[in-house]
Amino acid sequence: MPSTLPLGDPAPADGLLPAQAAEGAAGRDFCLYVHIPFCAVRCGYCDFNTYTAKELGGGASQDEYAGTASAELDFAARAMSASGLPERKLSTVFFGGGTPTLLPAADLAQILRRADRLWGLEAGAEVTTEANPDSVTPESLALLAEAGFTRVSFGMQSAVPHVLKVLDRTHDPERVPLAVQWAREAGLKVSLDLIYGTPGESMADWEASLQAAIACDPDHISAYSLIVEDGTKLAARIRRGEMPGIDDDDHAAKYLRAEELLGAAGYSWYEVSNWARSEADRCRHNLAYWRGADWWGAGPGAHSHMGGVRWWNVKHPAAYAQRLATSVSPAAGRETLDAETRRMEHIMLQTRIIDGLGTAELDADGRQAIAGLIAEGLLDGAAAIAGTVRLTLEGRLLADAVVRRLLGY
Amino acid sequence: MSPKARTAPVPAATDPALIRNFCIIAHIDHGKSTLADRMLQLTGIVQQRDMRAQYLDRMDIERERGITIKSQAVRMPWALDDVDYALNMIDTPGHVDFTYEVSRSLAACEGAILLVDAAQGIEAQTLANLYLAMENDLTIIPVLNKIDLPAAQPEKYAVELATLIGGDPKDVLKVSGKTGEGVEALLDKIVQDLPAPVGDADAPARAMIFDSVYDSYRGVVTYVRVVDGKLNPRERIQMMSTKASHELLEIGVSSPEPTPTKGLGVGEVGYLITGVKDVRQSKVGDTVTNLAKPAAESLGGYADPKPMVFSGLYPIDGSDYPVLRDALDKLKLNDAALIYEPETSAALGFGFRVGFLGLLHLEIVRERLEREFNLDLISTAPNVVYEVTLEDKKVITVTNPSEYPDGKVSEVREPMVSATILAPNEFVGAIMELCQSRRGDMKGMDYLSEDRVELRYRLPLAEIVFDFFDMLKSKTRGYASLDWKADGDQVSDLVKVDILLQGEQVDAFSAITHRDKAYGYGVMMTSKLRELIPRQQFEVPIQAAIGSRIIARENIRAIRKDVLAKCYGGDISRKRKLLEKQKEGKKRMKMVGRVEVPQEAFIAALSSDDSKDKAKK
Repeated sequence: MPSTLPLGDPAPADGLLPAQAAEGAAGRDFCLYVHIPFCAVRCGYCDFNTYTAKELGGGASQDEYAGTASAELDFAARAMSASGLPERKLSTVFFGGGTPTLLPAADLAQILRRADRLWGLEAGAEVTTEANPDSVTPESLALLAEAGFTRVSFGMQSAVPHVLKVLDRTHDPERVPLAVQWAREAGLKVSLDLIYGTPGESMADWEASLQAAIACDPDHISAYSLIVEDGTKLAARIRRGEMPGIDDDDHAAKYLRAEELLGAAGYSWYEVSNWARSEADRCRHNLAYWRGADWWGAGPGAHSHMGGVRWWNVKHPAAYAQRLATSVSPAAGRETLDAETRRMEHIMLQTRIIDGLGTAELDADGRQAIAGLIAEGLLDGAAAIAGTVRLTLEGRLLADAVVRRLLGY
Repeated sequence: MSPKARTAPVPAATDPALIRNFCIIAHIDHGKSTLADRMLQLTGIVQQRDMRAQYLDRMDIERERGITIKSQAVRMPWALDDVDYALNMIDTPGHVDFTYEVSRSLAACEGAILLVDAAQGIEAQTLANLYLAMENDLTIIPVLNKIDLPAAQPEKYAVELATLIGGDPKDVLKVSGKTGEGVEALLDKIVQDLPAPVGDADAPARAMIFDSVYDSYRGVVTYVRVVDGKLNPRERIQMMSTKASHELLEIGVSSPEPTPTKGLGVGEVGYLITGVKDVRQSKVGDTVTNLAKPAAESLGGYADPKPMVFSGLYPIDGSDYPVLRDALDKLKLNDAALIYEPETSAALGFGFRVGFLGLLHLEIVRERLEREFNLDLISTAPNVVYEVTLEDKKVITVTNPSEYPDGKVSEVREPMVSATILAPNEFVGAIMELCQSRRGDMKGMDYLSEDRVELRYRLPLAEIVFDFFDMLKSKTRGYASLDWKADGDQVSDLVKVDILLQGEQVDAFSAITHRDKAYGYGVMMTSKLRELIPRQQFEVPIQAAIGSRIIARENIRAIRKDVLAKCYGGDISRKRKLLEKQKEGKKRMKMVGRVEVPQEAFIAALSSDDSKDKAKK
């Protein structure tokens, strides 16, 4: 998650949610996100909320973190029930970071156990953790599987050493296939994350990375164009002219190549940056975000959503731990979306995924825009006639422009 | 000599023989405001603790730029040989754009202090204003300022001044506005040398408006110099040109804060408040008289200033158009040179074609509109007035490139100026090169002293309105000074260059240029726009054309990617806010055909390279 928090309204200390959060909740999935704000090294492109120090103190240190995060889960369960939200089992859990596997597997297991005790996991719930290829062992992966994890997502990024170097990634590309093999042996589903468009990456480099990922035979692949965020080391290096900047045309060409190679290898897209072997291999947790499900985001800087109420926690682990130590909500701010804003978010998110958007969900002007978008090759004409707004391959590259036009912006 | 008057003469009851009205003629940074500050302190009307630098410069812009735009009159007491006098100092602008305001201030005075920096010598604009003052038979007191500077050469420049105005170098006063040295002697000299005003106290009142300021609390504040008779509080006055009458709600003097008085008598300088809100009822140059006992003849108005440069001003937010109109109405009150009429641009919407005296005038007006009225504006490239004669002998006056006729043109005349440039002789080559590149015709060159040269050129006005002065300054490391005056017109080989986006002409970018420079303009504008206009979903050709002939072309390639790669739980609020921002941004987009052009692109394309670089920093 990006480290800059949005502007919002104050959030109450008791964590109670506005009535809107509970409306219709029984019909929505309930998910949990747990943020692990630690990394071994800070990558030059990353602006996520993560820290490399082991000792942040006061419940924020790495060895105390499982206890602190569990305390937020206790707080969450109390606040949700006091806000009139119905009891729901968790349909998905996702540990993200940072590098969750920098914590001992037992710590991650401890947090998951707490969630299970508080809410229970649905039968067949998806439980994912992000991992660095060099922060897992066959033993740690086996432990995670035993604790109830079902899926691991490795930050592979690239198979090309000079590209990994620009990204400050420390792992040896040779380790990725091994890590994937260990995860499979432990019975976990596997996803690989790739980044394209890194300064200095050639088309051949990108193809090599795609081939290497495909060769690992994962269930799922995410491929993101590199975003140079303000304030990162990478942004500074580009500004100083030490390396070339971002070229959108290069990104577009690499996206098309990804679609081509992944498609040929049997992966199909289901969101702008995500491909899966089969429908069952899609990441249900991420789909929950795009489909407007409810989730509690635990951890410093984590975002949550319940029925059109969005809130986010304080960023620094020490401030976060201090709040929880005194049973004060760690939320830094929140926003309660009105119906029109929720409709706009729905259009913005739903357009990104293969489910698409019902044409009937658009207003008259939005429906009017569809024909033009079909003519320009950005929307699937047959789908639209059948009542669904669905992006074509070209449309995926211009998805934000499509959304603006559907919204009349 | 006494530092302060013990009993200051009372306004409305002051013998004209005890009044001295003077102004200060000086180049922009020769220290006029600092000298004025010292006078305010020495005469005791501003206490030490209330003193601030450049006390009289009321507007933020004036203080920030360190220059005076608006004149203001201050009454100060001063005693000499046990007689108490009243000195009225009328602050005058120093920039070439504001010669007309100088002429008004001069007409209200009997004398002028010619203030020259002792380290720099006289500058071209000061020469011009000195000439005006001498034409008006003003008594001149030559003064060298900044004698405290290590680089000061008072002896050298005293000779220069004495040679100019006639007289003995010994009589040139030497002062330091910074330290106060010599300022008392200067105040004494004003009393001794300047003639007292002369007028008929029993005649019907006649007072000359030399400045008029809109004050949002008090309405119109009018500054006058009484020539004959007397103006009294609560009486009804009449503006002689319009015959409109008003009640005098307040009459007073500035010393330096406004102070109501029992009236103003012969030779006195002060302000009037009538409660008038309509700016057009208090015309600068008009004569004020008493309604009950009106004067038979007015004092004779000032020459109407003639705008030399025109530019379109458009609100960025179209709904601000009425605000812009009201703001211009208000500025016009104390800026008689400002003229404007509504115009419509296909690209920029509703705005005004505004005439200015020069580029500084344009900048100041624009800045005041933005600052005082909270407007965001786009101004189109400034242009001069062209006389276009068609083949059917019809003559069209063009103040806007969009008015340039499409039909057969037999000749185009453009306004010319004669320019005087003063500079150290080492820069003569650089200056000649610059003037030649601006189609200048050299008329002469003289040595003012061993190392100072005066160059005289005849140049097209269009060549100096944009960045000539900046270029001159940079080529002479800031040493050159420039003065110019209108000097007829001449037939030139001029053409209109149009800029087309996807075949659609963008009126705001059209320019009238010399044929030799059309290509340069076309290439500059098309490449600038290629950088400034964001990529669209389709290719956008940008062309520069003279009539139907294309002289330059650039392409904006179609955008291939417009999607945020990551949009997970924590990204959603941020992404939505970005979308909302884009929605707002869309309002600031102007459609040219199918092409969305951000307002910023217009602003950047229409500003000089210099200001674009500044914006980037």
